Amino acid sequence: MMSDRIKSDFPQLKTGHSYLDSAAMSLKPSRVIDTIDDYYRRLSVNVHRGLYDASVEATRMYEASRDIIATFINASREETVYTRGTTDSLNMIALALSEKFVGPGDEIITSELEHHSSFLPWQAIAMKKGATLRFVPLNEAGRISVENFRKVLCERTKIVALTYVSNVMGYVTPIEKITKLAHEVGAIVIVDAAQAVPHFSVDVKKIDADFLAFSGHKMLGPTGIGILYGKKKWLDMLEPVEYGGDMNEEVGKEISTWKEPPYRYEAGTMPVAEAIGLGEAVKYLEDYGMDNIARREKEVLASAISRMRKIDGVEIYNPGTDTGIIAFNLKNVPSHDAVSFYAENGVDIRAGHHCAQLVTKWLGIPSCLRASFYLYSDESDAIRLAEVTEKAVEYFQSLGF
Amino acid sequence: MTRLDNLYREVIMEHYKNPRNKGLVGGEGFTVTHIKNPSCGDDITVETKVENGIVKACHHEGTGCSICCASASVMTEIMTGKKLEEAKNVADNYLKMIHNEPFDESVDFEEAEAFSGVRQFPARTKCASIAWQAFQNTVKKE
Repeated sequence: MMSDRIKSDFPQLKTGHSYLDSAAMSLKPSRVIDTIDDYYRRLSVNVHRGLYDASVEATRMYEASRDIIATFINASREETVYTRGTTDSLNMIALALSEKFVGPGDEIITSELEHHSSFLPWQAIAMKKGATLRFVPLNEAGRISVENFRKVLCERTKIVALTYVSNVMGYVTPIEKITKLAHEVGAIVIVDAAQAVPHFSVDVKKIDADFLAFSGHKMLGPTGIGILYGKKKWLDMLEPVEYGGDMNEEVGKEISTWKEPPYRYEAGTMPVAEAIGLGEAVKYLEDYGMDNIARREKEVLASAISRMRKIDGVEIYNPGTDTGIIAFNLKNVPSHDAVSFYAENGVDIRAGHHCAQLVTKWLGIPSCLRASFYLYSDESDAIRLAEVTEKAVEYFQSLGF
Repeated sequence: MTRLDNLYREVIMEHYKNPRNKGLVGGEGFTVTHIKNPSCGDDITVETKVENGIVKACHHEGTGCSICCASASVMTEIMTGKKLEEAKNVADNYLKMIHNEPFDESVDFEEAEAFSGVRQFPARTKCASIAWQAFQNTVKKE
């Protein structure tokens, strides 16, 4: 079976658990682990600085990885900045943009579907600069619609910071149309693509977003590495956010100058092994094919949703989810009670607010369970999730919940 | 008995369904502490009144999982009427017990003994702790 072959690429799955928390962190295939291991064993030296063989080789690998990632999202290498993850990317760009483009009375469009790392930087900037946050009203299902986006978009809109895929609801935002409308009023669009890039083909040119952020650890890559994509015109114009080694061109007592993008935004020693590992992760994804990944996830999701819907005592918050994320609760059972039952039965899911408290508040719940699938998930995981759910409902009812 | 059965003992379920001392009274003499566990949504407020070295009253309010809510209920019941020093000693040792640290085994945890099953669930020790930590805070200055 095809799925068995994939599962065997991920040594973490040897525990026999159903790992259904990929929206938080994906597992890593042996190929990625070996690549990182190889860099550390064979080279372990810095990039861009050394003129000896090992450093030249490390630099080649680091930059080759950038090319792979840039091509993967249809960007150029100059537009592809290594960061420490989506949170870092989003904070960095919020800071850089707020200096130049946000003032009193300006408006920033965000939504209740945002992960805290997309929302909090702009909340802080709005408070500091006297700008106003506008929330796209979510429709009945909890989605961001183009129609509702129009309701908050106006001439005062300077920034649009929205998620591409909600990490709780799994909904895909119609980001292409939103970007087009935002550009009509001259707003800058920042897309949190942490839950998008790992799961389907993302083309930054097609979306036409000004900035787009994602993380390595959600797409088979290591922790501590991510990407900030920025249109060249912006990256050329903006000031660096962090200053330090390697990002400068000429340092003087009065004035210093910066390297061209992307290097201007990569201060200090970057996570070299992680960057190289991310390149290998992207190669793995490409070998499998993003369309195949999306299709496979949809199949597993459809199976899981239809099984879960049949179980009395389960409340699903996103039955129409577009990607492999199911948000649910067992009726009358706090999510942290429920999650222990899943853990005891070898099903690793998440409980809590998923770093998206505005979503759980919108749903009117303190927290929920979340099961999320990835390319190594298959029908057996969907079946197991449903079976354990059924048992859990029974168990907690017997306790008197 | 499975590990889960050991966690969800009858005493715990009973307190979860019928919490004692729930609801804050406020007013003079009460010291209030609010503790939130942002990762799981447990959110507990405890108020304590100490008079003449005795815990006169202890109430709780909040939301959370059954372990968290039940432990708040059990804690308030145990603490009410206790001499302050004894109450502090029980709380200190209870928290050590929950966290699998060496503790004074001569201390009587009364119904709170039921929470010892939490030790097998490191992910849940916080749930069983926060009401007790909140209590400790309310009597810190006494």
